[in-house]
Amino acid sequence: MSKAESCPTSNCATTCTTSCAPAGDTQAVLDWMATEEYKEKNFAREALVINPARTCQPYGAMLCALGIEGCLPFLHGSQGCAAYFRSALTRHVREPIAMVSDSMTEDAAVFGGQANLIEGLKNAYATYKPSIIGMFSSCMAEVIGDDMKSFIINARTQGAVPEDFPIAYANTPSFVGSHITGYDNMLKGLLNSLADTRNGKWTNGRLYVVPGFDLYAGNLREYKRMIKAMGIYMTMLPDPTETLDSPNTGEYNMYQPGTTMAELADALNASGFLFLQKYSTTGTQKFVKNVQKIATETVTMPIGVQNTDAFLMTLQQMTGKAIPAELEAERGRAVDAAVDAHQYIHGKRFALYGDPDLLLGLVGFLMEIGGMPVHIVCSNGNDAFTKEMEALLATSQYGAEGKVYSGKDLWHMRSLLLTDPVDMLIGDTHGKQIAKDAKVPLARIGYFMTDRVHLHRQPIVGYQGAINLITMLANIFIDEYDRNCPSERFEMLR
Amino acid sequence: MLEEVLAVYPEKAQKLRAKHIAIKEEGCSCAIKSNVKCIPGLMTARGCAYAGAKGVVWGPIRDMIHISHGPIGCGYYSWGMRRNLTQGVVGVETFSPMMFSSDFSESNIVYGGDKKLAQVMKEAKELFPTVQGISICSECPVGLIGDDIESVAKKSAKELDLPIVPVRCEGFRGISQSLGHHIANDAVRDYLLGKRERPEEVGPYDVSLIGDYNIGGDAWASKKILEEMGLTVKNVWTGDGTTEGMMAAHQVKLNLIHCYRSMNYICRHMEETYGIPWIEFNFFGPTKIAESIREIAAMFDETIQKKGEEVIAKYQPMMQKVIDTYRPRLEGKKVMLYVGGLRPRHTIGAYEDLGMEVVGTGYEFAHKDDYDRTFPEMTNETVIYDDATEHELDEFVRRIRPDLVGSGIKEKYVFEKMGVPFRQMHSWDYSGPYHGYDGFPIFARDMDMAVNSPTRSLTKAPWNKAKEV
Repeated sequence: MSKAESCPTSNCATTCTTSCAPAGDTQAVLDWMATEEYKEKNFAREALVINPARTCQPYGAMLCALGIEGCLPFLHGSQGCAAYFRSALTRHVREPIAMVSDSMTEDAAVFGGQANLIEGLKNAYATYKPSIIGMFSSCMAEVIGDDMKSFIINARTQGAVPEDFPIAYANTPSFVGSHITGYDNMLKGLLNSLADTRNGKWTNGRLYVVPGFDLYAGNLREYKRMIKAMGIYMTMLPDPTETLDSPNTGEYNMYQPGTTMAELADALNASGFLFLQKYSTTGTQKFVKNVQKIATETVTMPIGVQNTDAFLMTLQQMTGKAIPAELEAERGRAVDAAVDAHQYIHGKRFALYGDPDLLLGLVGFLMEIGGMPVHIVCSNGNDAFTKEMEALLATSQYGAEGKVYSGKDLWHMRSLLLTDPVDMLIGDTHGKQIAKDAKVPLARIGYFMTDRVHLHRQPIVGYQGAINLITMLANIFIDEYDRNCPSERFEMLR
Repeated sequence: MLEEVLAVYPEKAQKLRAKHIAIKEEGCSCAIKSNVKCIPGLMTARGCAYAGAKGVVWGPIRDMIHISHGPIGCGYYSWGMRRNLTQGVVGVETFSPMMFSSDFSESNIVYGGDKKLAQVMKEAKELFPTVQGISICSECPVGLIGDDIESVAKKSAKELDLPIVPVRCEGFRGISQSLGHHIANDAVRDYLLGKRERPEEVGPYDVSLIGDYNIGGDAWASKKILEEMGLTVKNVWTGDGTTEGMMAAHQVKLNLIHCYRSMNYICRHMEETYGIPWIEFNFFGPTKIAESIREIAAMFDETIQKKGEEVIAKYQPMMQKVIDTYRPRLEGKKVMLYVGGLRPRHTIGAYEDLGMEVVGTGYEFAHKDDYDRTFPEMTNETVIYDDATEHELDEFVRRIRPDLVGSGIKEKYVFEKMGVPFRQMHSWDYSGPYHGYDGFPIFARDMDMAVNSPTRSLTKAPWNKAKEV
């Protein structure tokens, strides 16, 4: 295709090298940006990232540390990063998020960050009285090659904190992986630093359940409720539920209940580990299963009926406990909700983006209610994810049109929405502009929701989560129809 | 009180922090230590140079692409978080609501990111041919590995025929976002200012509005007043700003600066280089607005002075109505502030218009000149704190029990949990504008909403209330 031919205006000469878009006419540029030609150009991008659906490692590490009771997350790096992480999580959950940094500046860049780390530990320990510190690094500390392990040893020797004060640490360079990598690294760091070594074959009889990177307090509560309903003795590791959604009592407590120090210390004596997300816990799974030889299972994030079935059956198989009638009744209600509302969702085309584990759960869910996932963008997806998603799509006729785009961003998604339209976009707040451009509704599901309140309080996992999702999606379609339909089509019944 | 609050810190931290806090007294010399490093390990609200340069100054220039150069996070967190409203179609006329990153991977750290940067800019121009300029806002690793973004910028500017501005705002530079403002101003000076001439002559009433970031539409509310006064606002720095406006900004008669902290540097430069005078003004609340209109008008002739009085007279009844509605509900209520930029002093007048009293105030990243401007605004016994830690703020609020706290998102829910009414005073809590005559009714409504919300009475369960009685 010659550039001159595809150019929307005639005044663009054949010598045009950088662009064929017309200057001055906004509509013409917009039209051009909706073409296949633009899409090709957009997908040919190699270096520039525009509107990504992922962020950096320490953000995930912070979430992980916040799940341990009495734990103060401590960033070894610049205070600017800490301010950003705290702001971002606070905006999503509307809760106070406590975290310190050791405020590294130019002198630390030159001389290393040891002095800041030691001074920082001393002040943080005295002021905020944590029962444990979860330390992770910024990209600055990683680039200059700071050795947190030896710095912590030196801090203890110099009396900044007592010798036996628990400190876990993890390297979380921002230029590697994404927030889910940071979550994984911090979790492994917690186990490596603070869990007692496995005591032979003896187990504490407890199932350790790892939720993965999940900012829905509602999800975490739902997991615990279902597992308890099965009569299973469990520990959630880490458990940031209360930090993500704490009661308003007129008193502020910096630390909320979470996984206790004792539970963390005893983690490697678990009877088993159940991972509820695969890609945000990859390294920890390997550590628990291969190094520690603990019975380990990993399920697809239990979104939708079948994924929840698999989750409960895995629990049953791991513990020998039966699935109680109570949960079976819930399942029946979820199926009822699906049957009652399927007509609003069946055959509808969806575009989705988000974290790998979330997407695997959502795609399975959509297909089981007759929805058609079409564009699946995963900014932090890898080859393994792409293969797994493709295999999942191949299991259903509703997945026939589904295509996976790992490592792509929301500007790629915009081209997809404009050249191959869908009925709904599923994602977080960051998708609202492209949804508007493409004139499709956005169903807000995901991990950065700063423009709607309290969505993180409603579970999207388990049977109850399935009911919530069906309700949300069906009603959005109905709302859209009511808002846009011709008056003669406006009815009381839908 | 101060000693008790600081007692928790280790000795060294205690000594250092004591210098940053003062209680205003009659005839005190009113010195407070500011603009020094944060103490490691203490929770500060401060950000970094990148936040000051990209997040505050460059971000709102709408027709430029601002590349967050480095790992993905900094760009992600600063994406759309300042509420800088802009005009124009996204992706064609404005790029402010979007996020552009060079997304450093490990190999960029090892081998350098200069080649990638050139590629990033080439791709940006290809995909967004209407873009008017590019800024390169560098993140920590870029400075640490010693990339030469200046030479990449120079080369690409020629190739792409665009103004390209390297901004050395790595987060580890300086001690807060304040240095980022300064660096950003210097970059504007070196790469944009004076590089373009408008065809028309400079009119007698041509002004620039500087240091208004159009949060929730603030700049539009401010601009409206200036235009009603008969002035011509040739450009806004940098809320809803344009490249052309920045490049030709030396062609005005007067610079009007709202956020002194972030943009005084460029005003001083324009005064020295182009002989353009500048004055500070305050458009929060009718009292300060009227004062400011008169001060601004005094810089011009009688026509403007007359119009200025007309503007004041026109809006006075509307403002009185707002005061009549809300003052009875807010009279005597105590406010504690902890913000950045200009707000810890500028908003005081607006609170006073509503009969409220500011009993504590402080800045995240102010300098001595900010405190020199703040002390005279305060009544005696006001607590003034610089770079307050979360521990200090919590304790001040616990002890003073103000009726309202105005601070940022990180502080908001701490005080909400304590049962103290709160408004975000960086972002206007997703409301606004708060500037100008358009803003004051919204400001008054929001403060009333926070202080008098019936939701506060729900905090204690009735069965526990009964027990207490």
